[in-house]
Amino acid sequence: MNALMALLMRDMRIAMRVGGGALMGALFFLIVVVMMPFAIGPDLKLLARIGPAILWLGALLASLLALDRLFATDYEDGSLDLLMTGGMPLELTVATKAVAHWLTTCLPLVVVAPVLGLLLNIELRAMGAVALTLLAGTPALTFIGLIGAALSVALRRGGLLLAVLVLPLTVPVLIFGVAAANAAITEGAPFGPPFTILCALSLAALVLGPVAAAAALRYGLE
Amino acid sequence: MQLRAENVACSRGGRDVFAGLNFAVAAGEALLVTGRNGAGKSSLLRVIAGLVRLSAGRLDLAGGKTDTPIAEQAHYLGHQDAAKPALTVAENLRFWIDFLGGGKPVAAALDAVGLGPLADLPAAYLSAGQKRRLSIARLVAVARPLWLLDEPTSALDASSRGRLAELMRTHLAGGGLIVAAAHGPIGLERARELKLGPA
Repeated sequence: MNALMALLMRDMRIAMRVGGGALMGALFFLIVVVMMPFAIGPDLKLLARIGPAILWLGALLASLLALDRLFATDYEDGSLDLLMTGGMPLELTVATKAVAHWLTTCLPLVVVAPVLGLLLNIELRAMGAVALTLLAGTPALTFIGLIGAALSVALRRGGLLLAVLVLPLTVPVLIFGVAAANAAITEGAPFGPPFTILCALSLAALVLGPVAAAAALRYGLE
Repeated sequence: MQLRAENVACSRGGRDVFAGLNFAVAAGEALLVTGRNGAGKSSLLRVIAGLVRLSAGRLDLAGGKTDTPIAEQAHYLGHQDAAKPALTVAENLRFWIDFLGGGKPVAAALDAVGLGPLADLPAAYLSAGQKRRLSIARLVAVARPLWLLDEPTSALDASSRGRLAELMRTHLAGGGLIVAAAHGPIGLERARELKLGPA
């Protein structure tokens, strides 16, 4: 447990220092969302209607942004070899790295999403719903992305491959995330069922992601 | 404690790197693995460290903890130094001590490799030799019986080499084992040699 705690603290510390990915994700999210009204035009009704979808898409892309470096830096400087000889099951090591990534990259997105909602003319209740669905859904994005990061670790320009591998797998998360968020702005649309499925997707990814990523690393590094 | 290899073979990328390798290293002994480039020196160390699978044969560490794999009783010192540039020298070492499981205090291990005064410097500013020494500090700080050293003296200056030789002698005197891959002498007088590949 001590070893995993040390790994969590190390990864979070690196992410928050200069050159780390923590701030980049939130800034990218900000830029994507700010660009939208310029592209779509000042139709407030339209913005409010598609706002949750824009926030979800922005968060999805921003959460993938730093993901390709999750194992690549450790691979390049030899840390990954040592992490594998550490005595902790590789699945737990990998899961710990994903948790650190979620805390430093995705949690800030959840926090800034309501603020960005202002730019899209989303009402207060819907902003809460978007933040809540992001909180429940981003773990699924991180843990699905974890598999892609492990698969592409030994490749140069793995980031591109990562996006191609991971984005199709995140489609269900996107569908149910946006469906649940839309419930707050659409009359009669249910919130419970899509939100529950979103939570289920996150829980499933939480279990399957580390196992698949650890297997990918073991075979990929030979 | 004894490291035994019986008929060990390794193939990478479909090519047989080496095959039919037999050797034994007892407590207090050092084995120097030599051979031309590409003979499989690094591969052998990675096989022992559990980072590459054996394609045939068996390896065991007799007298070690039977329920832990060799990898967890060994230190692997590879070509890369696993130092995070954003963290300070002390933070880097602190992490490996915590992750690999307890040991000496950070300051003592850094002093053993002469990095004490640089403890608070970000590792980004270290030279290649200093990074190497930071790596070596890990071996000193966390006690593990088997040291796997891949060209440990590369990038080290004369005095650091002397210090490393001293650390290796202390490790051997304490009943440790060393398997080192190198092209030249690494400062151990009584090391046996294992030559890989065609002569």
